[in-house]
Amino acid sequence: MTDPKVTVATVEVDARGAYCPGPMMELIRAIRSAKVGEVIAVLSTDSGSRRDIPRWCEKAGHEFIGVDRIGDYDRIVVKKVH
Amino acid sequence: MAYELVVIGGGTAGSIVASRVAIDARDLVHADRVHVTLLTERDDHLYQPGLLYVPFGKAALEELHRRETALLPREVSTRVATVHHIDTDRRVVWTEAGEEIRYDDLVVATGSRPVPEEIPGLAEGGEYFYTEDAARRLADTLEHFTGGRILLAVGVPHKCPVAPLEFTFLLDDYLRARNLRERTEIVYTYPLGRLHSLEPVADWASALLPERGIQTETFVNMESVEPEKRVMHAMEGTDFAYDLLITVPPHRGAAFLAGMSGSPLSAPGEWIPTDPRTLAVKGLDHVFALGDATDLPVSKAGSTAHYQAEVVAANLVTALKGGYAGHRYDGKVFCFIEAGRDEATHITFDYAHPPRPQPPSRLVHMFKLAFNRTYWLMPQGIL
Ligand SMILES: Cc1cc2nc3c(=O)[nH]c(=O)nc-3n(C[C@H](O)[C@H](O)[C@H](O)COP(=O)(O)OP(=O)(O)OC[C@H]3O[C@@H](n4cnc5c(N)ncnc54)[C@H](O)[C@@H]3O)c2cc1C
Repeated sequence: MTDPKVTVATVEVDARGAYCPGPMMELIRAIRSAKVGEVIAVLSTDSGSRRDIPRWCEKAGHEFIGVDRIGDYDRIVVKKVH
Repeated sequence: MAYELVVIGGGTAGSIVASRVAIDARDLVHADRVHVTLLTERDDHLYQPGLLYVPFGKAALEELHRRETALLPREVSTRVATVHHIDTDRRVVWTEAGEEIRYDDLVVATGSRPVPEEIPGLAEGGEYFYTEDAARRLADTLEHFTGGRILLAVGVPHKCPVAPLEFTFLLDDYLRARNLRERTEIVYTYPLGRLHSLEPVADWASALLPERGIQTETFVNMESVEPEKRVMHAMEGTDFAYDLLITVPPHRGAAFLAGMSGSPLSAPGEWIPTDPRTLAVKGLDHVFALGDATDLPVSKAGSTAHYQAEVVAANLVTALKGGYAGHRYDGKVFCFIEAGRDEATHITFDYAHPPRPQPPSRLVHMFKLAFNRTYWLMPQGIL
């Protein structure tokens, strides 16, 4: 797995403080409008997303690069594969 | 020269901002020192939440409409015009008719729109209830429905995040009342790993849906639809067969924003880059975006539009009267949730506090029905 700390994202989505629709919906939205190969970082304060995003990436076939805890939030990094 | 406030969009957010500023700065408007102009595409204000009831024949369509030019206070000059372009350097707005309108401050409240055509086959293969035409069509389809498998699927992003659940509960009621429930399978799917984006709502729904005999599937994002085969293919690799596909299509911001590349208002999906607290468009001091039109990670709901409109209007009025525009949006959202069987619940949350839904009750359902009628006081700036 690549280190999320050193992964530069092409798109950064700030979903801190978002409960609804929440970080994972923001990620899906970003993936839909991104190009294949683009790296998306989602900033999240929602603990459920830490668990759901890797699970979804596995199902949907996108690459989960990793999650990095920065202070009181997570930076979750995903690459659009197809 | 008079100060010119221009508001684009005569929906919930735009109407409230225009009315509030015009009422609260009435003396300045009457003295001809302040002009409030609202530009909107059609002279028709649609109460969209009422569309939820249309497929079940439970909404009187004429109650969902008011003429925008007759609704707002006379201090607002309401004009029917479609905006085509905004030049934020010169502070002018162009309409499709070629008119150029100057502004000192601009509010962009152009909402969001369902785009079923974004998913191949969906426009032909799926029904929805997010526009009046689609809701009427669905009413007709349901009237002729005799049983089978109804598949519900939810596109991302979309406005009113509780509508898919509410619709599902009301559909269950409707089919029972018509003695079709025994012959109908209802499958509710959701894009995330749980049944709603709000965890407490998801927990609540994961008890209630099975209780009503509704099947559920998580991690379902529509990839394409094959109308002839009646199959929906999900991004996650699963195929779903259906007899009737009802969806909430994915949404985008207003179409004219797509033609403004290079502008600070331009962004993927036509969601305007907006400061989460001041609601100023990022990089601009005199342009504000609110309601469904923004890129903020908050629910696209009428209540969001209302709370944001109060903040923007208060700041504009304070500034006009020489004060410090210190009002800030705290992320507040309020939603009723219809639970079927004449019961409803509600949730409130903001940037710092998650929601906690209460068990549904008859009283909250009555409140929602009452709200549906008192809505019209809001765009007038009264409530
Ligand atoms: C089926 C359904 C159920 C819903 N239920 C609820 C609910 O229960 N509770 C809740 O809070 N919310 C609900 N909503 C969501 C709510 O209706 C919207 O979030 C709200 O209307 C957003 O307000 P707005 O002012 O941002 O956009 P809108 O009200 O959509 O207004 C946008 C306005 O901009 C105008 N416009 C667009 N482009 C242009 C242009 N180029 N030039 C000029 N004018 C333009 C449009 O004509 C329109 O008048 C529901 C929505 C639907 C569809």
